[in-house]
Amino acid sequence: MRLEASDLACVRGGREVFAGLRFAVAGGEALMVTGRNGAGKSSLLRMIAGLVRVAAGRLALTGGADDLPLAEQAHYLGHQDALKPSLTVEENLDFWARYLGTGDGAPAALAAVGLDTVAKLPAGYLSAGQRRRLSIARLVAIKRPIWLLDEPASALDRAAQDRLAELMRGHLAGGGLIVAAAHGPIGLEGARELQLGATG
Amino acid sequence: MNPLAALFMRDLKLAGRVGGGAGIGVLFFLIVIVLTPFAIGPDLALLARIGPAILWLGALLASLLTLDRLIAADAEDGSLDLILTGQTPLELAVATKALAHWLSTGLPLVIATPLFALLMNLDTQASLAVALTLLAGTPALTFIGLLGAALSVTLRRGGLLLTVLVLPLTVPVLIFGVSASNAAIVGPLPFGTPFTILCALTLVSFVVGTFAAAAALRHGIE
Repeated sequence: MRLEASDLACVRGGREVFAGLRFAVAGGEALMVTGRNGAGKSSLLRMIAGLVRVAAGRLALTGGADDLPLAEQAHYLGHQDALKPSLTVEENLDFWARYLGTGDGAPAALAAVGLDTVAKLPAGYLSAGQRRRLSIARLVAIKRPIWLLDEPASALDRAAQDRLAELMRGHLAGGGLIVAAAHGPIGLEGARELQLGATG
Repeated sequence: MNPLAALFMRDLKLAGRVGGGAGIGVLFFLIVIVLTPFAIGPDLALLARIGPAILWLGALLASLLTLDRLIAADAEDGSLDLILTGQTPLELAVATKALAHWLSTGLPLVIATPLFALLMNLDTQASLAVALTLLAGTPALTFIGLLGAALSVTLRRGGLLLTVLVLPLTVPVLIFGVSASNAAIVGPLPFGTPFTILCALTLVSFVVGTFAAAAALRHGIE
């Protein structure tokens, strides 16, 4: 499996965010996207997830499930956590597991991020870090080969960051592919780095 | 359970929980109906004559009240992004959301109508006729509203624009809804003619609203 971008350009609100971007990531590899604020890290991730239009260039996945578009093989973990405060932790994860997948991995995923003790609590009562962990549980509950992580370690405590790093290494070992945007280290030390907006 | 059933059940659950707003529409409907006799005065004959129209207007305004959350709530918390990355066609997803929305906000209005019709001095047959036309017509209001909700989703305070966008489009539904009710109560038109057109409007809005809303949301991907 190989995700390849050539001469990729992004335009948002009439302004060019980046252009002429090229990179390639293969299965089992991670790509760290870095750059100053506004360089287009989030836009790049959203573009791969199909949530921002590709203004120019090409974005292609080879060797994945052929009949599915790129966006449907990718997990997008953004700044917004897609949780409903009035539903319980369990109900929130269960819904996404059923909507995006088959729905059977939810209880195990909740245990994997250490939220099984608060499964019956409405998500509105969770702390920022716990909400983040619940979003991460979605990645575990539904198997998709591409993980797009936007600042995945924000609001996480030390132990949870280690847990996330472990999950990411497990995903890579299983032949998955990660594109992550971050300012600091997130436990993917061996990863290649793609710096955006270096000239600007 | 398949993805659409999961989405349907989630939206019903959300409507029933705190802040879901399922009961607000009915309360608003009740207030409009209660205020009318105060404004018009205790003229029972007049109330009965304008009753179907007032009930229809009340239901129309009440169904608009909750429409702005139909898609905006999912857009604000990032759920819409994930819905877009799902394997379910967007058209089916928005139709499911609208259906769940109608069930939790439109159907209660229909059920409350025979009761509220007493306040407008309508007899049993007349109130059932109004309830029947609302049953056929309120889904059209929801699906026209779905289009407005999808168009205004990226705007802040989109709810105000939504109202202005949607109300003119509901005029045909209102006309045929009220004329079908009046046909059943006083004649001389047969009930079937306007009622069939009302049903047709609902079916058309189901198709047009669904596809147009999905197209609007896709277009919103910048």
